[in-house]
Amino acid sequence: MPWELKSDRPIYTQLIEQIELMIFSGVYPLGSKLPSVRDMAQEAAVNPNTMQKALVKLEEDGLIITHRTSGRSITEDARMVEMAKTKLAQEQISEFLEKMQLMGFEQKEILTIIDNMVKGMKK
Amino acid sequence: MSTILECNDLTKKFGSKTAVSAVNLKIERGQIVGLLGPNGSGKSTIIKLANELLTPTSGNILIGGKKPGTETKKIVSYLPEKTYLNDWMRVHQIIELFSDFYDDFKPEKAYDMLKTLNINPDDRLKTMSKGTKEKVQLILVMSREAELYLLDEPIGGVDPAARDYILQTILRNYNENATVIISTHLISDIENILDYVVFINQGQVVLTSSVDNIRDEKGKSVDALFREVFKC
Repeated sequence: MPWELKSDRPIYTQLIEQIELMIFSGVYPLGSKLPSVRDMAQEAAVNPNTMQKALVKLEEDGLIITHRTSGRSITEDARMVEMAKTKLAQEQISEFLEKMQLMGFEQKEILTIIDNMVKGMKK
Repeated sequence: MSTILECNDLTKKFGSKTAVSAVNLKIERGQIVGLLGPNGSGKSTIIKLANELLTPTSGNILIGGKKPGTETKKIVSYLPEKTYLNDWMRVHQIIELFSDFYDDFKPEKAYDMLKTLNINPDDRLKTMSKGTKEKVQLILVMSREAELYLLDEPIGGVDPAARDYILQTILRNYNENATVIISTHLISDIENILDYVVFINQGQVVLTSSVDNIRDEKGKSVDALFREVFKC
């Protein structure tokens, strides 16, 4: 997966989001080993210090575990990942709902539109 | 973290023209720092002062606590804005020269990078394009295991693809305790790899900040901020 970094937001927060996505989508499966900070930094074309900062934050959130001798790996705790996933979904949805409200939609109307689109996608 | 480069009221005048004016600056180890400013702002002058190619009119500049001289040159790897290599030389001869000159020079690193960039070590500098010469220079500079790399406009003359490779080379070859100072005005190309930026204008430091801080507080890229600060 290519790294896409926008220029108007802090780099480390974008790295966090992208690594989270890679965990959720299974690019990095549960319990798998992560490449070294240096390799990851090089792949994303960012400073190793910035990558380090992102990984430390993910560690605080419990998605990544650091082993003293053998680098970092993804947590094996599926619940942890599920929680982070739900949190990300909630953030995205509330952002979406705010936009829809700005456009003047009522909650019910929004739900109807979503419902119809989901049905459309199934066909 | 300890300080690798320090300027105290550093001033350099050329006749009546002040190129660097009472600059106070501290750069910590283990960072990649962008020295950013418009043309003629004093970037190269500061880097030359750090290499003893110029001496301060007043104030001082210290590298690891020492004045620039033989001792500091052992730990500083410098990429000048202009080449000083003899262009009749073949690349492998220059590599031998560097091996003799610097204890921390790693020839195998240099040959490795030459290979990746498809540069023949038997070629003479004279036969190379401007961009290829620049690549050779950067390879030489990054093949040292220095404590401080001073890169004066390392990406100015090369195409965007080679630019990416050069940035990768910088990232790959600097270790956690080393510091890289890059002077450039091509900010958008390098801002993702910088920890810290120093804005210089008319010989004075006008802003120092971490890149993430700029993005956090101002909600814009370093490039956008630069355009705002130095609007003509």
